[in-house]
Amino acid sequence: MSKVVVVTSGKGGVGKTTSTAALGAALARSGNRVCVVDFDVGLRNLDLVMGAERRVVYDLINVANGDAKLAQALIRDKRVETLSLLAASQTRDKDALSEEGVARVVAELRGLFDYVLCDSPAGIERGALLAMRFADEAVVVTNPEVSSVRDSDRIIGLLDSKTLRAEQGHRIQKQLLLTRFDAGRASRGEMLGVADVLEILSIPLLGIIPESEEILRASNVGAPITINAATSQAGRSYEDAARRLMGETVPMLVPGEKKSLLNRILGRRAA
Amino acid sequence: MSLFGLFKPRAATAPVARERLQILLAHERVALGPDNLIAILRDEILATIAKHVEIAPEAVKVTMGQQGAVSTLEIDVDIPTEKITASLARQMPTKAVA
Ligand SMILES: Nc1ncnc2c1ncn2[C@@H]1O[C@H](COP(=O)(O)OP(=O)(O)O)[C@@H](O)[C@H]1O
Ligand SMILES: [Mg+2]
Repeated sequence: MSKVVVVTSGKGGVGKTTSTAALGAALARSGNRVCVVDFDVGLRNLDLVMGAERRVVYDLINVANGDAKLAQALIRDKRVETLSLLAASQTRDKDALSEEGVARVVAELRGLFDYVLCDSPAGIERGALLAMRFADEAVVVTNPEVSSVRDSDRIIGLLDSKTLRAEQGHRIQKQLLLTRFDAGRASRGEMLGVADVLEILSIPLLGIIPESEEILRASNVGAPITINAATSQAGRSYEDAARRLMGETVPMLVPGEKKSLLNRILGRRAA
Repeated sequence: MSLFGLFKPRAATAPVARERLQILLAHERVALGPDNLIAILRDEILATIAKHVEIAPEAVKVTMGQQGAVSTLEIDVDIPTEKITASLARQMPTKAVA
């Protein structure tokens, strides 16, 4: 059964594109057929993070408008066989994308892939709403910082009201991916902690990704961190998150801390 | 700043962030939430008034404000005086005539 997952946040620059690439590659490396789709029309970046910027011929808009076949637009990853990319257009604007067109593309992708990851543009406007429209699940990417948490809260509300699943009266699964986390700063009370963000947003935790130079290095060379530095701390955190997305139970580690979060909570309770 | 100031631990700001967010989001979830309380209240208030007085839809304004931890609901209704007199006349004809 195919799953369509939107990677969304409201706020820009929090790590949606980085996370789409990293989760997509990790899911594909464990044998799933995965397509990552860039919905950031006009500001496409997923192709760059995936290292496929020079291979884009046709994009999501071309396929949605019927100007190209899906097979012509899909870019197969050269490193991971089961991973594909559908790029966004750089020249058109987001009004060029119609809801019916997106519906057709997503339906066709469902027939070809186990996971379709939709990289949402920032904001709460048309582009972001189209990216989430046909999703079964959502990964809400949040930084431990006030404006990001506020925007995530807003996005959670939209996921519960504006997605097709929600309109049909179904629940849409939403999981929190806390990124750019700095355990040291959180423990010194300089940055919101994991428990703070979880309590405020009250959705389950998919993973905690540390602030890491490896991420920048990976994007410099155009490789998802889970391909470029899979054993780095950030790489492993994304691998774990991908396994949780597949439904596996993986102990939650706070990057930069030795004990698992569960132990910490239990430890604190016992004390 | 003295040299000692450099080593003094700075006050934790995360608890402040957390509290501000909790207050703000409690308010925003109601105002912007999927059920959009403001729109519902506006529609129902309008319907109630319209049963008794002829009124234009845009005459009812509902806004939600916030002061510290307290949310306030402000309802502003404009009704032209002649409409009030007319409806009073309809409801209480004897008095209106007298
Ligand atoms: N965990 C991280 N550590 C360090 N830098 C990060 C991390 N996650 C993302 N970044 C950087 O933050 C910037 C924005 O990330 P991006 O994925 O493009 O965000 P978005 O798609 O939400 O706008 C990029 O420069 C990216 O390399
Ligand atoms: Mg992006």
